[in-house]
Amino acid sequence: MRTYAPLLLLLQLLLMNAATGEQLYQEVKIDDPYIEMRTGAGESYPVFYVVERGQTVLILKRKTVWFKVRTETGKEGWIDRSQMEQTLTSLGEKIQFVDATRDDFSRRRWEMGALAGDFNGANSMGIYGGYAFNNNLSMELSLSQILDDFSDSLLINVNVLSQPYPAWRVSPFFTLGTGIIDTNTRQTLVQSEDNTDQINHVGLGFRMHLTRRFVLRGEYRNYVAFSSRDDNKEFEEWKAGFAAFF
Amino acid sequence: MESRFRSLFLKTMTSFRCNLKMLCRIYSAAMLVTGLMLKQLPVFAADELLIDPVSDQEQIIKPEIERREIKVPEIDTEDFEIGVYAGLMSVEDFGTNAVIGFRLAYHVTEGAFFEAAYGSMDTEETSYEQLSGAAQLLTDDERKLSYYNVSIGYNLLPGESFIGSNHAFNSSLYVIAGVGSTDFAGDNRFTMNYGAGYRLLATDWLALHADMRDHIFKNDVLGTDKTTHNIELHAGLTFFF
Repeated sequence: MRTYAPLLLLLQLLLMNAATGEQLYQEVKIDDPYIEMRTGAGESYPVFYVVERGQTVLILKRKTVWFKVRTETGKEGWIDRSQMEQTLTSLGEKIQFVDATRDDFSRRRWEMGALAGDFNGANSMGIYGGYAFNNNLSMELSLSQILDDFSDSLLINVNVLSQPYPAWRVSPFFTLGTGIIDTNTRQTLVQSEDNTDQINHVGLGFRMHLTRRFVLRGEYRNYVAFSSRDDNKEFEEWKAGFAAFF
Repeated sequence: MESRFRSLFLKTMTSFRCNLKMLCRIYSAAMLVTGLMLKQLPVFAADELLIDPVSDQEQIIKPEIERREIKVPEIDTEDFEIGVYAGLMSVEDFGTNAVIGFRLAYHVTEGAFFEAAYGSMDTEETSYEQLSGAAQLLTDDERKLSYYNVSIGYNLLPGESFIGSNHAFNSSLYVIAGVGSTDFAGDNRFTMNYGAGYRLLATDWLALHADMRDHIFKNDVLGTDKTTHNIELHAGLTFFF
């Protein structure tokens, strides 16, 4: 049923359009005893008008979970999603708003996010994008800036990420990757030294589905930099941040 | 005499009975053959009489089916906010400077939003540089300050602002904090920022902002590494899309 839900919705939308003709806005009929219209898109805004059952409203726009509607008499106000779901389409069916679910979380294809944390005592901030080949395996590209009192570095990484339990709400993962770290020491230091090294890492972390398209992510990575001075350096990184999936 | 008649009668009857039996057999055989023939017969007849009823006559009513052009009225979602701002930023030791920047925000709920911002300015000379005359601490390129940050904001006090007796605008006072980097004097410096702002929605899609931010970063240009607080005040215009 779930796999057909988008198709059904599409069909519903198509049929709905066929019934209402070429219309700029979607028209729905109130099925609750009444719904409340607020002056703004938020719970704290006052209710200034009530639309009764049987009347129709046009949906003008949406901001987060609030819908701006226009009544038959031309009054415009904001209705929240839970009340909006108590309206009927012109086919007489309950209107549906499809949001990302847990199921979409485990089957996501694209993911983008920002993480910040600690890289061996320095501050680390970065963005990343990922593509999932299947529910378990994905590939990511990340760009981080690492800043401390003596240097600033740019870290570019490509990594594969494996999730053994993609259906869990808090889904653990393992990661393995390689990249380049470009370090510039502070200009105010006497012995200023800039270098670019290859850097590999292993890591583990978790992704947690928050709501709708949002994910909380936390991870630990252990890096090994192959420096040109014959001695490999090890770094530890802890990061957390938010991401959105598509 | 009587017995002769009787025997004759009996003989006749017996032969008649036999003949009747024969007749019955012949009749049933005949019926069987006829039945078989009749069973075959209509098949031949149907083959000969088969006429296509459609091709033989014109279709009286042609159905006129035209595909409707389907255009789904999508609900316009306006969760993103993009805009520009201009204002003043005080950079410790390097004067108060005009700053311009742009920002992009994404509203997750009616309360929470994410914001990414980038701003840049040309800083002034330090008092030391001005007093000593010739001494220049930074090159012109190093004197440019730019920052970026990613912050989380919350609409703490949403409400309406009244202007005169006829106009009410939706507005909110928000708090915001985040991390980023400041590129100044040839180095990138980790920067934390926090502040508060006021957003006035002129229309559903156009907003006016007034913001106050404190950018905290370590500055070692003047020898010692010190934490600096750099206050920024700016006003801006944003569009929801």
